[in-house]
Amino acid sequence: MKLEAQAVTKRYGAHAALDGASFVTGDTARVIALLGPSGGGKSTLLRVLGCLLVPDDGSVTIDTRTLPHDEDGALAERRKNGFVFQGYNLFPHLTALQNITLPLREVHGMSGAQAEQRALELLHRLGLAGHEHKRPSQLSGGQQQRAAIARALAPKPRLLLLDEPTSALDPVMTGEVLDVIRELAEAGQSIILATHEISFARRVADWVVFLASGKVQESSSAAGFFTRPETGLAQHYLEGLSKYR
Amino acid sequence: MLYALVLLAFASAVFYALFTSVAYQWDWEGVWRYRQQFGYGWLTTMMLSLVAMIVSVALGFLLMLGRRSPWEPLRMLCGGVVELVRGSPLLVQLLIGHYIIANALRIDQPIFTGIILLGCFEGAYLAEIFRGAVESISASQLEAARAVGLDKVQTYRFVIIPQALRRALPGTTGQLVSLIKDSSLLSVIGIEELVQKVKIMNAATYKPLEGFLPLALAYLIVTLPLSHLARRLERRFAYET
Repeated sequence: MKLEAQAVTKRYGAHAALDGASFVTGDTARVIALLGPSGGGKSTLLRVLGCLLVPDDGSVTIDTRTLPHDEDGALAERRKNGFVFQGYNLFPHLTALQNITLPLREVHGMSGAQAEQRALELLHRLGLAGHEHKRPSQLSGGQQQRAAIARALAPKPRLLLLDEPTSALDPVMTGEVLDVIRELAEAGQSIILATHEISFARRVADWVVFLASGKVQESSSAAGFFTRPETGLAQHYLEGLSKYR
Repeated sequence: MLYALVLLAFASAVFYALFTSVAYQWDWEGVWRYRQQFGYGWLTTMMLSLVAMIVSVALGFLLMLGRRSPWEPLRMLCGGVVELVRGSPLLVQLLIGHYIIANALRIDQPIFTGIILLGCFEGAYLAEIFRGAVESISASQLEAARAVGLDKVQTYRFVIIPQALRRALPGTTGQLVSLIKDSSLLSVIGIEELVQKVKIMNAATYKPLEGFLPLALAYLIVTLPLSHLARRLERRFAYET
């Protein structure tokens, strides 16, 4: 897919989380990593790209479609996407299974039996067999995040958007979750991933968008970005992150 | 259980001592003669309370939605109603509601007026309990609901209400218990519920106190089980967040 953003601005009060962010990816980008320092606008850009937020200004085009700015259009668009958040955001009053079947039934019009079958298939694939009927509080962070990925994947989304999916996890659980994401990427899923896991991004991403201070500083192929970052900011960022790993 | 029995025995002893220390000639015959009237009064109170509960929960829910509406006039209206009703005594509301508003509207049904007024009064409190519970649902839950593609109504139905219900439960039961007790004020607009029956009985038997003891018991046999039921429900809904 080809992503193009033009002067996207999103303000929260006086603070502009995105301040005229513009970039364009290659025509065949499939796994796009959003990198950059915290507070640079990665999460906000991810939400705009997934239609979870409507920008105050500017426009986003995916292939030839321009993303809508009205709530109904954004809702229709969101229903084709899958989201995974840093804090998992599972529904605490529902079991892992119900977390997945609820949107399948209510949003995607599946029957109860179909939804359950699809949910079980995913839970088993993501290594959560035996945990189907547990509530989120009874699962570890890694298990919760995998359940959240299962929920996002269940309706077969056109685009999977992940917002720092491993930032709240310890290294072992981080490994579990990154394995799942890598398998999805290798299986052909279109992904946009905001992350600080630089070596993971280097391994799975084919395009990198580097943000700082609400602006896109650099947008280039992953191979190019990791070998020859153009801006001083990006060089500094990469050096800082790879210091101890 | 044993602890409860000991406590009960102790409380009974204290009450017995207090009652015998007062120089008052207790005479229960009048109460016994009026037992049937007492029973009718009790039934009226329960019926009134039950219908008023339904009215108050429905109204509380609507007022809560109104206070969260994106449309400012509606928000202000519902906020104003809640503050006015919560800020003034039920007694005044009953008198104005019955003798002025119902009278002007030519509604000559004190029971109907009473149920509506009591339902409004408790509904205003419930609206705030519900609003507190709904607004305690974190923004990340709302974002998750948006992310999986739920629309506004679905978000309320499947995400907000089930979680808010549990948080609203203790406050709501307290309010419903209050409602049953507050229904005693309906005697001022001439409804022959329990308190009114007791007042009639006291006047007829020239006994100012006897009727009030069974009166307290008659409320307690409903309010205590209600509180107990609520605690059981709370446990059933309990889950870690």
